[in-house]
Amino acid sequence: MPDIRKVRRRIKSVQNIAKITRAMEMIAASKMRKAQERGLAGRPYSEKIQQVIADLAALNGIGLQHPLLQRREVKKILVVHITPDRGLCGGLNANLNRRLAGFITEQKNPVGIIAVGRKGRDFSARAGLNVSAEFTDIGDHPGFLDTIPVSRIIIEEYSKGAFDMVYISYAHFISTMVQKTAMKQLLPVQPAAIPAGQNVDYIYEPGSEAVLGGLLPRFVETEIYHAILMTIASEQSARMVAMRSATDAAGELIGDLTLLYNKVRQEAITRELLDITGGAAALEG
Amino acid sequence: MSSIKLDIVTAERVVYSGDVDMVIAPGVEGQLGILPHHAPLMALLQAGELVARKGGQDEILAISGGFLEVRPDRVIVLADAAERAEEIDMARAQAARKRAEDRLRDRKAIGLDEATAEAALKRAIARLSVAEKMQQRRKM
Repeated sequence: MPDIRKVRRRIKSVQNIAKITRAMEMIAASKMRKAQERGLAGRPYSEKIQQVIADLAALNGIGLQHPLLQRREVKKILVVHITPDRGLCGGLNANLNRRLAGFITEQKNPVGIIAVGRKGRDFSARAGLNVSAEFTDIGDHPGFLDTIPVSRIIIEEYSKGAFDMVYISYAHFISTMVQKTAMKQLLPVQPAAIPAGQNVDYIYEPGSEAVLGGLLPRFVETEIYHAILMTIASEQSARMVAMRSATDAAGELIGDLTLLYNKVRQEAITRELLDITGGAAALEG
Repeated sequence: MSSIKLDIVTAERVVYSGDVDMVIAPGVEGQLGILPHHAPLMALLQAGELVARKGGQDEILAISGGFLEVRPDRVIVLADAAERAEEIDMARAQAARKRAEDRLRDRKAIGLDEATAEAALKRAIARLSVAEKMQQRRKM
């Protein structure tokens, strides 16, 4: 027979947890919406940049000499591992880290890590990976400028030849219910194929190489910015879903506990009545 | 008179979008004036003022470098950062210029190269002058 006061205390504490998870769900929902909006607002810019790079790449004549386009024999790989700073978002962090671990075991070449986000950094440190830089506390709504230091380091390391290939590992936001881990090649830049007949013969000022040289670093910057925004949107939506099911589970638990509470209470009353009538009968007899 | 569609976008947002009669942009090799039917052009921009002229009215924006693309039907500016005149905080812009000047002067002590320091100063000056022009126009 459970103690009635313990049951009551348990109900109270589950109710409190449900309150917190419900609040967290709502906060996550609003943060997710914001991250999505920011991602959308920046889309014209990144699409344009990709298109112009594709245009320039189609100009075969100039031979596209730029360090960020240069293909080298791959000796060392860099993965920019973007994860949330916080947990309580379902299986997202575990999935991201597992994807990274899977990727590393597939590679024949040594892999270095730049960790963005505390969860990925902690995982990399625990796994004894070679972390060359880490960025944490980027916040829930980073501006473009906040993400530039990440891109700077990537560009610097790649130009120096410290790495011959760079991948971004991040969470691809598909919908509120679906987020996928993604592993995408960032460098060397692969110019997208452009549909034929779209080419416009541009005048380049001051010159096609200067324009390309200005565009490529910005391309890297926007890719990183978007991957970070995507990961934030994924984190928030995963958290929203996780917190919703936690709230539901708490509701169920409260129902079960209330039933138990009532049963115990009733039994106690019945027992007391039996005692009283039993006592009265004994006195009479 | 025909007009041309102008879009100014940054990585974070769309700053301006509308039909204009003429665009004047700060190219790295000098001012660029773009009228409708301009030949396709792809130009690097430096920090400065970008003017969108429409029916004799000028809208001035401060931009800090980027790209300008001219297509037969539209002009697209990919700016690193762009602000409309009314968005600029005068006091902050002045503080930024002072800071940029100081850093240009003391660049050796803090290990900054001249080009970076100068670019920062140029950006600050561009924002300030856009904001000033806006204020003058309000007084008129």
